[in-house]
Order: sequence, then structure tokens, then C-alpha cells
Amino acid sequence: MALDKPYKDIPGTVIFDAEQARKGYWLNQFCMSLMKPENRARFRANERAYLDEWPMTEEQKQAILDRDFNRAIQLGGNIYFLAKLGFTDERNFQQMAGSMTGMTEQEYRDLMLAGGRSIEGNRRLGEDGDAQPHRQPQGSGKGTYWPEGHPRNRRRTA
Amino acid sequence: MARITASVYTSHVPAIGAAIDQGRTQEPYWRPLFAGYEKSRRWMEENRPDVVFLVYNDHASAFSLEIVPTFAIGTAERFPIADEGWGPRPVPEVIGHPELASHIAQSVIQQDFDLTIVNRMDVDHGLTVPLSLLFGQPAAWPVRVIPFAVNVVLYPVPSGRRCFALGQAIRRAIESWDEPLKVQIWGTGGMSHQLQGPRAGLINREWDNRFMDRLIAEPAKLAEVPHIEYVREAGSEGIELVMWLIARGAMSDVAGGPPPRVVHRFYHVPASNTAVGHLILENAQ
Repeated sequence: MALDKPYKDIPGTVIFDAEQARKGYWLNQFCMSLMKPENRARFRANERAYLDEWPMTEEQKQAILDRDFNRAIQLGGNIYFLAKLGFTDERNFQQMAGSMTGMTEQEYRDLMLAGGRSIEGNRRLGEDGDAQPHRQPQGSGKGTYWPEGHPRNRRRTA
Repeated sequence: MARITASVYTSHVPAIGAAIDQGRTQEPYWRPLFAGYEKSRRWMEENRPDVVFLVYNDHASAFSLEIVPTFAIGTAERFPIADEGWGPRPVPEVIGHPELASHIAQSVIQQDFDLTIVNRMDVDHGLTVPLSLLFGQPAAWPVRVIPFAVNVVLYPVPSGRRCFALGQAIRRAIESWDEPLKVQIWGTGGMSHQLQGPRAGLINREWDNRFMDRLIAEPAKLAEVPHIEYVREAGSEGIELVMWLIARGAMSDVAGGPPPRVVHRFYHVPASNTAVGHLILENAQ
């Protein structure tokens, strides 16, 4: 009998449950390794070679190389593990979170200063709030993970 | 005997720790937040406990995915500060209370809560940011701390009902300790926030304030709220709020005593991605 997972209908949200954790085990363990300065240095020197030391799927490795946090989370990553990667890149939680919305850093910061994202229309799939799939990307859609003008900027998965 | 004098509730946003560590608390962005803790700091000077039983969650710092305990009690002499990816926070090491912690472990396990006993654990911002907010930047923390880590990262996390009952067991454990210690229990994390996906940045001011109202006035009923409501209404990371119910369950009114006194209540948006809530409840003497 299937387990009840009532959180599957929340828009723009992946709940890190046992199934996701199983899929993302090595992806998240790779992130944990970045808590050691010597590993951060090795990763920075050659990201691809460092990732190849881990039994992650090719898709997971690509999501990390692209810093596509939405994709990484769909593939089993969890934000608190991925944060180790963000901190390695000297990005903070606000920059990481903002990168998943399509908004620029300034747009996302302004959203938070104005009181944050409203719950209205964002409780369930099928409503019309700004987190719904048909309203992505948000803001100007020019938001990226790396700072403005950084050579590694690429579009995120919405 | 030892007694619980008060419970303290606060968010534990890492950016708050960074603002303190980098001397930015008087910047316009941060000033209103820290102003909300000034009364608490004064109260703490006059009501300093011997021990803080600090309920928090580890953010993939001490516990990777290798082992994920639902409830873990720190019984070590000391707890080093975790390197979360940018080096450890420049705050004092946390000094435990191994004797009391072991006593609580024994008592609470015998009350049917299957705690994990941890003798080596680095503590991250979830534990150190509340200490900084309430004690500032001392050379050494002025209290001993028993870290109590709750899994709220890997779903399913413990229910509100379970957390509330656990708080009651912790109170019984503390009150069966012979030494006349003053103990505070802190519940940390929350309030509404979501750090992931296109719904990142969610804040639900109305829900948060209702949560605080009910935490004060009708905690047993609040404990019946299912996970899905936290996640849907307060964001995927808002689920941290179940930890506040552990601290609330340890207050004496839950065991038939008089209602606690509300010493202070504060709410502020935003700290980075998060709504900050703070509450101090004092047990009647």
C-alpha cells in the first residue's frame, strides 16, 4: 500500500523525504565533504575531477557544475547540504534561495524586505500565486546564482 | 531539586550570527531585529540560569546522511563549534553538563522516548545563534548547555504531539535531579521560511502570530496541528517550529501549574529569508 504523501501538491516545493534522501545520498555526502577546507580547495581547483570521485549520477554532477539548485533538489539534494557548496562559493542563503526563483539578487532581496512571498495562491498546485509552475521564472527572469557578470552565469531550471 | 524557571523561543537564522560576528548589528537592515532582543538580554542578566537545555536542529553539520537521529541529547563535557563551510563562528566553545544530561537521558528513555546519546558533536548556527542573541559576545558562555538536536531536515520529522509529550518527559527528568539547579529550556528555529524552489522566500505573518498566540494559550491543541499545515502554511523549513513545542511542553502549567507569565514577545520580517519570532515565558515561582 502506498504511503500518504500529502505534500506533493505544494507548488515550487520538494519535501526531502526518505525517498528523496535515498536518491540524493551521494550528492548530499559530496556536499558534506566541503566542510573541510582541504576538500574545498581541491574542489575549487578542479570541480569535475572532484565530482568524479563520488558515485553520483551524471545528471547530479551536471546540476552541481551548473549550480542549478532546483535541479539538484529534484535529484535528491537538500538545501542544508547544498548550502555547503554555496558557502564554498562564498554565496549566502539568500543568494542561494533567490537563484531558484529566477529573480535577480536585488529583486529577491526587495521581495524579502517588502515582507516576503505571500502565501496567497501558493498553497496548492492549480492556484495562481507567483510560485506556481506557469508563472516561472519570476521577476525579470534574469536571476542567476553567480554574481552579475560572472563568466559562469547560466539560466536555472524553473 | 532542579527546576525549570523559564522557556525561551527564538529563530536561529545563520545571517543573524554573521551580523553579530561582523559587527553589523547597528546597520539599518539589522537594527530593528536586535532591538527586539534588548529586553531579553536585560531579563537574562537578572534571571540567568545555571543550565540551558537547548532544543535545536543540526543543519547537516554534525549529522550527515550516514546517521540521522530523531532526538539526540549531547552528554559530552564540551561541544566544538562546527565549520559549516566558511570556517567555525568565532564564538566560545559550548560547555555541557554531562551529569545532568545523562540523568535526563536515563529518565526520558525510561519514559518511552528513544533518545540517541551523543558524546561527540560539533554544534552549528542552530545552537550558537540563540546563545549569541541572548548572551551577546562573552569570552565564555555564562551557562552550561545541554544540546538537544531534533531531526527536522529529513522528513518525516517528529510530530508536534510527540514533541509536546517529550517536553513533559524532560520536565519530569529535570525535576528529579537532586541538585538545586535553575534550568531554562529553549526551543529554537522557525518561524515561516522556505529556502528552496520557486516558492523560496515564503513568509506567513498571520500564521506565525497565530502560532505564538496558541503556543502561549493552548499548546496542547496547537500540538495537534499536522506536519502538512506547517509545510504548506509556513514553508518547507517552517517545520522547525515543532521544536518550540518541546520547550512549551516542559512548562509547569502543562502539569497542572498556573499559566506562565509572558515576559517578552517579538516578531520581525525579514532576517535573510526568514520571519523571526521570539518569546520568553516564565514559570510562576
